Amino acid sequence: MSKPVALVVRSPGTNRDHDVAYALELAGASAKRVSLNELRDAPSSIHQAQLVVLAGGFSNADALGAGTLAALQISTYLGDTLREFLANGNPILGICNGFQMLVRSGLLPGSLTHNASGAFTCRWVTLETSNASSVWTSGITEPIECPVAHGEGRYLAEPDILSTHSALTYASDTNPNGSAANIAGVADASGLVLGLMPHPENHVLARQHPQFTRRRAGESVARSGLGLPLFTSGVNYVKGRG
Amino acid sequence: MPSLNPSWRLEVQPRDAELLGLRLAARARSVVGDAAVGLLSVEETTLYVVDRDLDANERDGLARAVVDARTQVHHWRASSEPSSDESFVEVALRTGVTDPTGEAFARAAQVLGFAAISARSGKRFSFRCEAGAPASHIQAAVTAALLHNDIVDDVAFNAQVDVRFASDAASDHVEIVPVRLLSEAELDVLCKSRGLALDQAELLAVQQFYLSIDRDPTDAELESIGQTWSEHCAHKTFRAHITWEDGTAITPLLRQLRNSTDILAKPWVVSAFVDNAGIIAFDDAYDIAIKVETHNHPSAIEPFGGANTGVGGVIRDVLGVAADAIAVTNILCFGPTDTRTEDLPKGVLHPQRIRDGVIAGIADYGNKIGLPTVAGAIVHQQGFTANPLVFAGCIGLRPAGLVLRGPIPGDRIIAIGGATGRDGIRGATFSSLTMDATTGDVAGASVQIGDPIIEKLVSDVLTEARDAGLFVGITDCGAGGFSSAIGEIAAELGADVNLDAAPLKYPGLAPWEVWLSEAQERMVLAVPADAIAALKAICDAHEVSMADLGTFRSDGQLIVRYAGKTLLDLPGSFLHEGRPARQMTASRPTPPATTGARHCDAIMSYATAILHRVLAHPDVRSNESVVRGYDHEILGGTIGRPFVGVHNDGPADAAVISPLKAPSGRGLAIGIGMNCRTGVIDAKRMAGACIDEAIRNVVAVGADPRQVALLDNFSWGDPRKPATLGQLVEAVEACCEGAASFSAPFVSGKDSLNNEYLTTSGDRTSIPPTLVITALGILQHGEKLITSDAKAAGNALVLVGPAGTDLRGSVLDAILGIDAQGTVPGADTDSPARYLAVHRAMVDRLILSAHDCSDGGLLTTVAEMAIGGRLGASMVLRSSNPDEVVGELFGETSGRLVLETTEANVQELCTRTGGSVIGHLHSDPVLSVTALNGTEIVHATIDSMRSAWQSQTDQIGLGATDAKGLKA
Repeated sequence: MSKPVALVVRSPGTNRDHDVAYALELAGASAKRVSLNELRDAPSSIHQAQLVVLAGGFSNADALGAGTLAALQISTYLGDTLREFLANGNPILGICNGFQMLVRSGLLPGSLTHNASGAFTCRWVTLETSNASSVWTSGITEPIECPVAHGEGRYLAEPDILSTHSALTYASDTNPNGSAANIAGVADASGLVLGLMPHPENHVLARQHPQFTRRRAGESVARSGLGLPLFTSGVNYVKGRG
Repeated sequence: MPSLNPSWRLEVQPRDAELLGLRLAARARSVVGDAAVGLLSVEETTLYVVDRDLDANERDGLARAVVDARTQVHHWRASSEPSSDESFVEVALRTGVTDPTGEAFARAAQVLGFAAISARSGKRFSFRCEAGAPASHIQAAVTAALLHNDIVDDVAFNAQVDVRFASDAASDHVEIVPVRLLSEAELDVLCKSRGLALDQAELLAVQQFYLSIDRDPTDAELESIGQTWSEHCAHKTFRAHITWEDGTAITPLLRQLRNSTDILAKPWVVSAFVDNAGIIAFDDAYDIAIKVETHNHPSAIEPFGGANTGVGGVIRDVLGVAADAIAVTNILCFGPTDTRTEDLPKGVLHPQRIRDGVIAGIADYGNKIGLPTVAGAIVHQQGFTANPLVFAGCIGLRPAGLVLRGPIPGDRIIAIGGATGRDGIRGATFSSLTMDATTGDVAGASVQIGDPIIEKLVSDVLTEARDAGLFVGITDCGAGGFSSAIGEIAAELGADVNLDAAPLKYPGLAPWEVWLSEAQERMVLAVPADAIAALKAICDAHEVSMADLGTFRSDGQLIVRYAGKTLLDLPGSFLHEGRPARQMTASRPTPPATTGARHCDAIMSYATAILHRVLAHPDVRSNESVVRGYDHEILGGTIGRPFVGVHNDGPADAAVISPLKAPSGRGLAIGIGMNCRTGVIDAKRMAGACIDEAIRNVVAVGADPRQVALLDNFSWGDPRKPATLGQLVEAVEACCEGAASFSAPFVSGKDSLNNEYLTTSGDRTSIPPTLVITALGILQHGEKLITSDAKAAGNALVLVGPAGTDLRGSVLDAILGIDAQGTVPGADTDSPARYLAVHRAMVDRLILSAHDCSDGGLLTTVAEMAIGGRLGASMVLRSSNPDEVVGELFGETSGRLVLETTEANVQELCTRTGGSVIGHLHSDPVLSVTALNGTEIVHATIDSMRSAWQSQTDQIGLGATDAKGLKA
């Protein structure tokens, strides 16, 4: 079949749209960057795509809190369209600021608030899949190593939400923000919507790993980055639906 | 116009405000000191102040949209309802200062379909103190030190801050300033009252010009001349006719630097010195643009805004050569953060506050615009207390072979980006003056606050417009605003400009202010008339405003009109060539006398303890806690990070980027050379060593030394002092010699002079001569990057380069508090050949890790490699003589690298590089050093060295307790 189309949605201040488009292309999708305003003016154009990805960044400078204004725009302008998109069985992914938008607009449960340290942090973490199943994580066999880069990534929710919706967790010593239950990523009940704070799109090539110069000396080098399977899972899922 | 009295305000607090309040109080106590004893908590509340009445439905809708009830609490307060807090301070941005938060709040109301509102944001800080503590005194001290900056904020104590929504009425007043009949003394008064930063000869040239055209200048003309002729814009010192005191003429400094590049005639240099940024070839598809700027004066008075717009400004320099920015860098120089408040000169902010603000400003701009902050340095020294330095760099890519034809008569002058406000008025001239206690007041309007989101949108527009070939010339609005940008892009052709079309943030700007405003995030383009519609469509798609400001002429005359009045009518020849060349005198520097002696036998006895102090010294220690606040991963091209090794906490010599969009897989390496301790002793040797260090750093990560481009950034004191100028001249000469020696051309440079402070008691303080050299190198294969962390037990460590002897000005001397005999590190003429040999050995895979020897010397280098790789090392020295041992371990002689190689390759590596084995790696996590006679001089665990290296205290010398500890 032809390549599935993935819409990479951006707002003023979105800045990892190119990175995630690159990852989606590597995973076999045709990535198309589109602004929230364009979708507001033509919501039904979403249905030309098989995947929607809300990219990371600082939408509207995060001036009202991370993702807040963009989430308001999404629920106001695109709420019905996205529900229809999901009802048709199409996956949605939100990374970092995109995750914050999904949570603030109610597409995912829980809240994201300022890191326990009170500060933005950029460091590498290790992610493991957790109990909630998701089309985005179904093909993941190894822990994902990738960076985080955020100031408001601490996930908080009631205990039942934590236990049923946790899709990705930080390996215990790498929790960068004090998230409850080490949660890095959350899936909805359908398994179609996934949001996560870390950036698997920044580890899709072996050379992007901070220790690749050490692996070169001894260990075998992974041919691709460990963040890629997340995108491949989502793309393969829609391919499988034909 | 009186301020409107706002009707409603939404107050939002995080649910863990209490915990955050304890933290903020702890930080306040550490900065404010004694005056904050008894402070328990400072809780922060965000305020959104709305300009009209809101009904219950609107209040509910806005609160739902903005507040996350799980993590935040909120309260809608009518303006008539007093606060229940006892002790609090409210702070809000002054009218005219960019307030994206207020704008976003108004936008939320719009999305919800409510009638339009205006909103401004603010903060309330609620104080809690111990019973009996002087609460109002604490409140005042903490507010002044941390929470409020009069330059950008309004403040109210224990009352609601008066938020203003509009400023003065529109103005179209153009003032005629009589200059033709003024005496020299009167000219001088005029110059000072307008902050023009012109000298007597320049003022007379202005007067002469207006006599010749038989009229007096408008205020805008005078301001334009002041800006165009400012040190900041015209580089008067670097273009001056300088003579040594004995009358020997010196080639103008800028000419020397350009000549040094021209002589090398490198085919891969695409553009050097003439554009906003230097440009070199990268691969078949792309060229690299690079620029490093300073933003020193603004950062001194408003650290966040100054550093923030420093980053924004240098990014615009790269956008200004039609490149796409891909990374940013920064070098920061501050006073010691343990400076006592009472020791600060009047008008100077505390170094801790400057540091916090600058770092936050840098993080904010880079993170939000979406560029990785990949390289940098932070130093602390007394000389930077009143004059902190902020160097910001930007690297970009643009299509190889891009040619912009340049404007022709009839092309349009288009401004895109942010609106114009009263921010940054007279920044160019302010940056050219010595600062004193009144600078903050006088230059208040010089501070700009950035909006990285707008600049990101502008940059997206420029990429599309460039690829569609819609503009033929481009420049950024930096210092001097439209005056500088349009003045430069229309320098030859002249232009008819009508400022009526420029979008303003608010009414009330005088016409000359519109012309001179340094409001951020604006670019000026030269656009053929038939491309305007296409450009407008791109701007609209990205929600970027675009203004058609006029037309290029052909006769060189610059004519600016506003509201039907002629604001400016000057020939470009006068503006750009009418300034009389400055005549200056330099005196040959004499190294200051040494003041102390170094007792090497004692140092050798305490070498382990001293190593720990060296590792903890502000010029050496890890800045990881700062760097983690910068996103260095975005864009996916960062493969050589600021921190490397098993736990990503060892130091890197240089950043390496392999851009995702470059199919060649090449890497570009960015290395920095600087030394703030040695310039005051010998500026010439300091400059030579800086070049060696910057190049050594890129060679260490795998760049080819045969294709390295250099950038210079001189931050100096007042060049009208012959001795200060003499140091500058010698440093420039050393730069030219270094460029020739390494065959590495300078492609861009910038100077920031007059970094001095005049205290109220009349004392002048100056920064030490500070040169930042940035080296840009290329790796044929980015993936062959070498890192500094030790890789495997059993491998050998090979030292290449001369014996370590240069101890003067070393970190060791700084710690011991002496200025002992000897030389400071300088250039090493053998370095170029040595670095090429090292590079060839890297290409042949003989080298597993490499680390340069600089601040702290060889022992620090090996310690850092060991920390990064979590491996121990044993070193055996070739001497037992204390002088030689101390020189070898702590000397900072240029040209040295430590390389790791396997036992099998040791012989070949040593033969090819002239290196010798100094030790071996092992799995026992201890660094030990043994003298030739078998005595163990150093024995330090990796953990203890790491903890020293990661400590963040600024105590530079050995305290009494430590000295005692040394002898124990």
